[in-house]
Amino acid sequence: MAAVRVEEVLAAAEEQEAEKRRSITVEKELELEFDLGNLLAVDRTPPASAGLRGAAPRREALLRALARDNTQLLVAQLWELPAERAGGAGGPLKRERVARNELNRLRNLARAHRAGTMVPATPLHPTGHQSREELGHVARVARVSTASLGRFQPRLPKEPAEPPSRSGGKKRRFEPLLGNLAGERSRQLELLRDMNSKKPVLDITRAVNKQLREEEAEAAAAKGKKQSQRGKRGRRQQRTGRNSRKSGARRQQQRPAGGSSG
Amino acid sequence: MRPLTEAETRAVFDKLSRYIGENIQLLVDRPDGTYCFRLHRDRVYYLSEKLLKVATSIPRDNLVSLGTCFGKFTKSQKFRLSVTALDYLAPYAKYKVWVKPGSEQSFLYGNHVLKSGLGRITENTAQYQGVVVYSMADVPLVSGWQSRGASQGWGGKLSLSSASSLQGFGVAAKSTQECRKVDPMAIVVFHQADVGEYVRSEDTLT
Repeated sequence: MAAVRVEEVLAAAEEQEAEKRRSITVEKELELEFDLGNLLAVDRTPPASAGLRGAAPRREALLRALARDNTQLLVAQLWELPAERAGGAGGPLKRERVARNELNRLRNLARAHRAGTMVPATPLHPTGHQSREELGHVARVARVSTASLGRFQPRLPKEPAEPPSRSGGKKRRFEPLLGNLAGERSRQLELLRDMNSKKPVLDITRAVNKQLREEEAEAAAAKGKKQSQRGKRGRRQQRTGRNSRKSGARRQQQRPAGGSSG
Repeated sequence: MRPLTEAETRAVFDKLSRYIGENIQLLVDRPDGTYCFRLHRDRVYYLSEKLLKVATSIPRDNLVSLGTCFGKFTKSQKFRLSVTALDYLAPYAKYKVWVKPGSEQSFLYGNHVLKSGLGRITENTAQYQGVVVYSMADVPLVSGWQSRGASQGWGGKLSLSSASSLQGFGVAAKSTQECRKVDPMAIVVFHQADVGEYVRSEDTLT
């Protein structure tokens, strides 16, 4: 039983192979007329009249086989036409790669040209007239000018450890939102300490003396006004006028110190 | 939302220190919890760490406000203190100005305080010193319903004589000494922020 089955299977397979091989070569009594521009093939051989007058399924099968054969011939004719590959030798993939390569090459050229025309404003050797920012810039350039691009250079005690930015410092980077609140607090307290230390400290004695002097000057001015003598009044007013202005200026200077840290 | 940069922190602390001096430490370093400043859409907010952790779960576009808004950075990166910071700064303020009842309404409308409206001023206030403005009214500020409430019985006597309610911020235009000598129509306190802004700028306050 099994052997018979196997034979049947093999026979069926062989039949299919033959069919496949047959399918690409077609024999016709009369050659077809082709209009390849309109994808048209005209078959003038009259079909077998006996088949047409037969039953519907058999007629269908006959017509289908006829159509398949003619289509095969048409397609074969189409392939005979002269043809070339659309993307050149490598096809569309290669074309894309070539275009990308060209774009990058032009971009590199442009970048090099831009960098070449920019004259570096800060000289790399010390001139003695450089500002803090210029020196910092030069130090950074010197750091990066090693074979490892500065990754293994030792840092000074207060120099911040910056990771090299690939965008050349164009993108701003902020502290993480929730990272290390205790560190943030200590940094702020240190900042406050620095800010407070720069303010001049109040000198109580000086402030008190100034206050007393002002009051004396005011008292003197009041006394001078009370005196009816014009000359004396004029002189007294002049003196107190000068004093109040001077002490006023000093008062202004001292008050902000007193006010902010008092 | 992000933490403040060094420069921004310095600007904020500069402004705050003009009003509360070195008491900023008490805002930064609090015994009852970790509080921090965060920047969101150019506004500086002061909030506790607990609140901050909760706020991170809201998408940026939908986040309107968090904690207390202390002020905002203008387009030219100057820090403007807003009235919503009043409750945090008033307890630590060193220089205070009391405004007479007649001109406190004028201050609440956004005008400067003239010498004629000045009641009291802390001694030794320097010129251009940041001050907190109080009202000297014998009647509490929110007049109508509160007095009715008193009659309905808050129990005991309401001591109104020393009532001084918080009005806003200002900058002293003249030092205390000069305030005594200057004429009544001169400006003595420049207006910075007042509680009337809660009504006037209701839409822009966050």
